[in-house]
Amino acid sequence: MADKPTIVKCLVWDLDNTVWNGTLSEDPSVELLPGIREAVIELDARGVLQSVASKNDFDLAWGHLEKLGLAEYFVHPQISWGPKSDAVTTIAERLNFALSTIAFIDDLPTERAEVNYHLPEVRCYAFDQATSLTGLPEFSPEVVTVDARRRREMYQAGFRRDAEKDNFKGADEDFLRSLDLVMAIKRADEDDLSRVEELTLRTSQMNATGVHYSDATLRELLADPGHEVLTVTLTDKFGPHGAVGVLLLGCHRDVWNLKLLATSCRVVTFGAGSVLLNWLIDQAAQAGAHLVADFKPTDRNRMMDIAYRFAGFTGDPCDCVGGLDPLADDRVQRLHLVPERRDGATTMQVSSPELAADLALRVNGVA
Amino acid sequence: MTAESTTSAATAETIRHELLGFLAERIKTTVEPEQDLFSSGLVSSMFAMQLVVHLEEAYDIAIVGPDLKLDSFRTVESMTALVLRLKDADDPAGDA
Ligand SMILES: [Zn+2]
Repeated sequence: MADKPTIVKCLVWDLDNTVWNGTLSEDPSVELLPGIREAVIELDARGVLQSVASKNDFDLAWGHLEKLGLAEYFVHPQISWGPKSDAVTTIAERLNFALSTIAFIDDLPTERAEVNYHLPEVRCYAFDQATSLTGLPEFSPEVVTVDARRRREMYQAGFRRDAEKDNFKGADEDFLRSLDLVMAIKRADEDDLSRVEELTLRTSQMNATGVHYSDATLRELLADPGHEVLTVTLTDKFGPHGAVGVLLLGCHRDVWNLKLLATSCRVVTFGAGSVLLNWLIDQAAQAGAHLVADFKPTDRNRMMDIAYRFAGFTGDPCDCVGGLDPLADDRVQRLHLVPERRDGATTMQVSSPELAADLALRVNGVA
Repeated sequence: MTAESTTSAATAETIRHELLGFLAERIKTTVEPEQDLFSSGLVSSMFAMQLVVHLEEAYDIAIVGPDLKLDSFRTVESMTALVLRLKDADDPAGDA
């Protein structure tokens, strides 16, 4: 089977002679090229974010996009006279996306060459490909979830949060509390799994195990009494973040094996990973089970390593590890914790199933 | 290298001073060296992670394994001690 191409998470558009039919600074009445509006709207519906890198006067070009009714589709527009490679870099940094998930489209070969020279991971397209992008596999996510269709709105809510945080003068935790965060942990059903699939594909940064679980594998595990598949959603006063996390837990009587923990990089700054771990530790403590987390260090999941260690996980050996499924990959470490009861999160409300109680019922049988 | 000689000159006093300045800027509050940053809610667990990255970059150290304990980051004093210990280990005696 051929490798699937990395899905483009953000497409950066040039404006003059790519989005519209001319040079705005010479002709203020330029109009959209045929098919551009449809392409932008279709990509947006698929959850591909879009931005702008244009050498123009900001107010003039942005005003024209507003007049054309397209401005709302673009996040973090970079309209200035600087190099386009700088513009693309800024967009990737603001979105916290890897450059390999960014695409750039421009009519000028020199601009594409400039971006390609400085940022070889960015995929570049010529303007005459604009209306056929939606037919390319890298712009065609296999599953388009409710969250994908609302991704841009969720990001835009995210920018308002960031702006508020910049203006917030006070303790870190007080800011988090001011967001009215609500985390909902639930057992996954078939519908949730399409979101989970997307999350584990997209958020390699916070996929702590570094091990990919396919949709099919997770679906099988849904029905397995020895496993719990849980999804996590987050909401705050600015709106929903959608599905932001997934856990796969292998449950034995004396030890719970956390095989997969992925959280979206969108919610890293809210400490969602730590809140999840804290909840899990408390559940395991109630069940009287040790916790073992599979962790494969990569250059992108350092934060998850720190989250595990700060939660109390260590590399110390324990007999309980011997009874677990063998690891497929010898680069995966097993971090261990003897859980104790934990206080609930101070920064958000958490709703969740009672894993410990449910498991006790399952293992001991119903009376 | 110049950068190395600058950082290896770090003493408890300079580290403490730099950390207090970093915290004042980032959490917009003045803290005491012995103040518990977590129990007072001044920093979240997320910010504690940023502290790890900050210390590593500022002092050219790697904080890994057993050193990655929340307790090591609880106060400015405990972070200062951690940096000094890791810099010592990294910089064996006699290495001029
Ligand atoms: Zn154990």
